[in-house]
Amino acid sequence: MATTLTDPAPATPALAETGAVLQPLWVRVMHWINAAALLAMIMSGWQIYNAAPLFDFQFSRTITLGGWLGGGLLWHFAAMWVLVINGVLYVMLGFATGRFRRRLWPITLSGVVSDLSQAVRLRLSHDDLGRYNSVQKLLYVGVLLVGLVSVASGLAIWKPVQFQTLTSLLGGYDAARYVHFFAMSAIVAFSAIHIVLAALVPKALRAMIIGR
Amino acid sequence: MLRINRLLIPGVDKKLLVRDAARLMPDVSRRRFLAGGASLGALTLLTGCDVVDGASAETLLAKVSKFNDAVQAAIFNPNTLAPTFSESDITRPFPFNAYYALDQAPTIDGGDWKLEVSGLVQNNKSWTLQELTQLPEVSQITRHVCVEGWSAIGQWSGVRLRDFLELIGADTKANYVWFRCADDYTSPIDMPTALHPQTQMTFKFGGEMLPRAYGYPMKIRIPTKLGFKNPKYVVSMEVTNDYKGGYWEDQGYNSFSGL
Repeated sequence: MATTLTDPAPATPALAETGAVLQPLWVRVMHWINAAALLAMIMSGWQIYNAAPLFDFQFSRTITLGGWLGGGLLWHFAAMWVLVINGVLYVMLGFATGRFRRRLWPITLSGVVSDLSQAVRLRLSHDDLGRYNSVQKLLYVGVLLVGLVSVASGLAIWKPVQFQTLTSLLGGYDAARYVHFFAMSAIVAFSAIHIVLAALVPKALRAMIIGR
Repeated sequence: MLRINRLLIPGVDKKLLVRDAARLMPDVSRRRFLAGGASLGALTLLTGCDVVDGASAETLLAKVSKFNDAVQAAIFNPNTLAPTFSESDITRPFPFNAYYALDQAPTIDGGDWKLEVSGLVQNNKSWTLQELTQLPEVSQITRHVCVEGWSAIGQWSGVRLRDFLELIGADTKANYVWFRCADDYTSPIDMPTALHPQTQMTFKFGGEMLPRAYGYPMKIRIPTKLGFKNPKYVVSMEVTNDYKGGYWEDQGYNSFSGL
């Protein structure tokens, strides 16, 4: 909103009220590229899963991408490049700009415990979008690490001969399939919480679209 | 995993097996690479083109897949051996796998069978089964990884394809060795993979004559490739520079499909 730009700032303003950019352009662009690539990876991954399910269930055709196994594989290995390039650039920029250090660090056990207890009582404040609470920090760092596990296990089942050391580190070909599945599940669970919270705090969503 | 394997065991649940295979195959009318409408908006973002037009999405995906062929060829190390296993690791029974039921598999008389050789070779004489099985034999216990995701460990014995290609004076600088099978299955193998020390013209499974289910009289066993790049019931091989496509490759499976 234009008014927030001209309004005089309070004495000790929360970042959100100053009109300062909360989410720089590179974060916003990469966030939405990541969201689209992840969606394609997950839905095509479910298509691939259905060809030889690990568990006693399959994903409905309405939520899979590709139409059949071959199509799912094509989507999966195409979206993979988008995700990898975007992900590598994001991590590099995250470190280079100091954003990771400023926003995701430090994470303390006591902070997580107290913020978590407030969160479950729905008392956690989202007023200052420029500052993450300990639970948020833990979740964001956690999902980045799960992303790494998912890439590693994906490589292990894609190239179990060329990357056989990696495959055996993950417990072998069959075990790596389970690791890949559980990494996907963790990312889906994170995304579900992430989307619900974004819906509950519309200004966070707005900041991820227009920056403020 | 268990459920799928049970379906694949010879003689069991053939109807279910065929139904399963049919489900994995593309629609007859048209390949369906796109799923429900809900995801299309996101996909447009992803690809930067109008994916509602399925044909352009397929063209783009095919291009990326060709790029992935090149990446995999670059990753492929001709000196890296596929992991080998001990006899106790062998999957029993080893699954039968095809896009048809076992009773529709080719029945071949080994006495009549001949391997046709053509293309960029010095000697294109045909080979009888007896002649081929007299060549020096090698054996391996390796993992067969299916494009569907399941895998099974088996023991294969036969002639190193590299030795045979040298014997017939094949141009080992050619791009492909292209196989044709008695069931009209076809598949091209890139030359570096054809020359890999574990790539084998297989005549025995588990030390016994190759059963019909696994490709009698000759299968090409390649532990550095996905299962569908391991043709069974082979009747001819052609050394060629041309990409001639293959049964599954033409339907969209990535052609290199290296492991």
